[in-house]
Amino acid sequence: MTRVANGEAVETRAIPRLPMEEFRATVIGAVEKGARIAALFARPPEMFVVLAHGLDGVLSLAATTAAASYPALTPDCPQAHWFEREIAETWKIVPEGHPWLKPIRFLSGAPAVTEYFQVRGEEVHEVAVGPVHAGIIEPGHFRFQCHGERAMHLEISLGYQHRGVERALAGGPDKRTVHYMETLAGDTSVGHATAYAQNVEALAGTAVPARGLTLRGIGLELERLANHTGDLGALANDVGYLPTASFCGRLRGDFLNLTALLCGSRFGRGLVRPGGVRFDADAAKVGEARKRLAAARRDVTGAVDLLWKTPSVMARFEGTGTVPRETCEDLGLVGPAARACGIERDVRLEFPSGIYRFAQIPVSTWGTGDVFARAYVRWMEIERSLEFVEEQLAQLPAGATREAPGRIEPGRTAVSLVEGWRGEICHVAMTDEHGRFGAYKVVDPSFHNWIGLAMALREQEISDFPLCNKSFNLSYCGHDL
Amino acid sequence: METVLIRGAALACALLFAPLLIGTINQTKAFFAGRRGPPLLQPYFDLWKLLRKGAVYSRTTTWVFRAGPIVGLAATIGAAALVPLGGLPAALAFEGDLLVAAGLLALARFFTVIAALDTGSAFEGMGASREVQFSALAEPALFLAFAALARATGALSLTEIYGRISVAAWMQSGPSFALVAAALGVVFLTENARIPVDDPNTHLELTMIHEVMVLDHGGPDFGFVQYGAALKMWVLGSLLVGILIPVRSGRWWLDGAAALEGMFWVAVGVGIVESVMARLRLLRVPQMLVGAGALCVLAIVLGMK
Repeated sequence: MTRVANGEAVETRAIPRLPMEEFRATVIGAVEKGARIAALFARPPEMFVVLAHGLDGVLSLAATTAAASYPALTPDCPQAHWFEREIAETWKIVPEGHPWLKPIRFLSGAPAVTEYFQVRGEEVHEVAVGPVHAGIIEPGHFRFQCHGERAMHLEISLGYQHRGVERALAGGPDKRTVHYMETLAGDTSVGHATAYAQNVEALAGTAVPARGLTLRGIGLELERLANHTGDLGALANDVGYLPTASFCGRLRGDFLNLTALLCGSRFGRGLVRPGGVRFDADAAKVGEARKRLAAARRDVTGAVDLLWKTPSVMARFEGTGTVPRETCEDLGLVGPAARACGIERDVRLEFPSGIYRFAQIPVSTWGTGDVFARAYVRWMEIERSLEFVEEQLAQLPAGATREAPGRIEPGRTAVSLVEGWRGEICHVAMTDEHGRFGAYKVVDPSFHNWIGLAMALREQEISDFPLCNKSFNLSYCGHDL
Repeated sequence: METVLIRGAALACALLFAPLLIGTINQTKAFFAGRRGPPLLQPYFDLWKLLRKGAVYSRTTTWVFRAGPIVGLAATIGAAALVPLGGLPAALAFEGDLLVAAGLLALARFFTVIAALDTGSAFEGMGASREVQFSALAEPALFLAFAALARATGALSLTEIYGRISVAAWMQSGPSFALVAAALGVVFLTENARIPVDDPNTHLELTMIHEVMVLDHGGPDFGFVQYGAALKMWVLGSLLVGILIPVRSGRWWLDGAAALEGMFWVAVGVGIVESVMARLRLLRVPQMLVGAGALCVLAIVLGMK
């Protein structure tokens, strides 16, 4: 295995090519010892794996030859299940022995037209929801197997938002690349753009000025603040608790407007560019941002505290949609969903890059794995991010905000991890002999976590599905790419 | 002539002002949320809009589906004719009309439920199942409440029962009345699909009870459903207000005004409840309804002396 740090590039040739037997043994062995599959993908004739060793803070890379078929990893290593389905669908490489080999994006044929798990028996009924939903959300199909109000199993079928982003990225980077990145998942513009920028910087050997790194970190935390606040409001709305729902809807806008103050876009578009950031913040802007942040902090504290103090809300949150810690570890969930199971999994802690190498943010965890835990972890992260942003704004380093990256080196592979607000974003860039992207792999946190939602709903009341869904709040287009 | 007018006043109020309850609730919620909220008369505008629209019927439905809203509204109007508004007598009154009123409400529900089942949709079936499950517990509570009131006042017609709930009667059997009012409050929230039982504003079909059953109705049919729901809220609200506002001066305009004010405060109260608490988990709803029934039993026991 080749060891590599987050945001570092290695010679693609130097990645060890292992025979399939050894490759399997390496991956399974590492995962048993606590590593996690950050990415597993094929670019025929080869197949690559990126393993994240959280305790050591290193990533490791390995490759093998992709034949027409191979013995599946999933039976020994459930984390691989979604990756192997993706590989099978995209490259027609069959993982033999995969327990449930179906397409995940339906590249050919209509989405969701496939077989589903079925429960048979008296009084068992099936409920199909979507792809068209009652709210204004993205399309996805949900199939519930129910016995009365009890949901025994949920199967999620996505792919409606597949746009072929990874295909379009090959041959880059070009003028369009960064815009693809900012729209991979519209609510994670800064997250994905940062992951991409780190890759380009690693491949071109660019040193980003401290001021650029800091502003990037502020952008990323503001994105987290806006989304977490919106999610807490949406959770309150789903249980019919109006005060927090109304306040948080407005406060999410306040955080988005802070991002707009930095770069002119509420969603952080145009902020992050390879080499740094495109917009500087002068003293007047920083002063304004600090003032607004203090006001938002006061309001959000008041609005969210109401949730924890209202028994009728807590009665709905506690014990609903519990994901056991073992399930979370087996499936390799990431982000607040994993931290809500008591697992200290956070890229900012385990694989710090950029500003997070200098300013640590404490990891927020809660052990119960239910809707309450996912909500409360979000609240703790809001508090930590507010502190971080206030601190960084107060001591913004002087100097340039960006150093234009030089020539991208050919024949190299870079891995970049970023803790987006949903969890770990993993980008792998491999350059060809001309210094262009031969392959660009994107793993959105939603890719890991959709199965977590399905697990959370086991043996729950079907009427609690919207609440569980909101507590994960996963991206459809980030998954479908 | 005047007696005829007075006898029609309660029904006329119901028919005219029922949608105003919804408007008042929405205004209260908007006030608590710091929003301006929809206009007070929005429910009327909505009804007018729906009545001018065409209706769309799925090919999988039968006459049952089309009959649902019509029978539902007709039965609810029938119930409204039997229920007095505080001291204002009902349009029709006879011995045992309380059973007929409850029966008419049940008939309306029955038709809403089978119209929902007629669509064959999984959502509507789920909503129908929840509606029936909860009403199986809400109806006994309502009957027990009637029994307690009949026992306390010694009458068997709603108009007479409510005519006798005066301040003096409160002095005599206040605890019974208070318990019955609490139980009727729970029945009111359940039957009208309000928080903490149901969320009338949610778009999440998996969590709905009443709203999900009427998803497939459109145009005038949906207008009937909405109007019927407002009317049902008025009917159950008058049962509650009749107990809580014991103004029985004998002057029809004073009794009527007091009852109308009571209705206003019921709507405001619902708005406040919806602004300060979350929905119950569906599993908890039956417990609350059984509790309401128990309160009525207690009221009956208290009345036996």
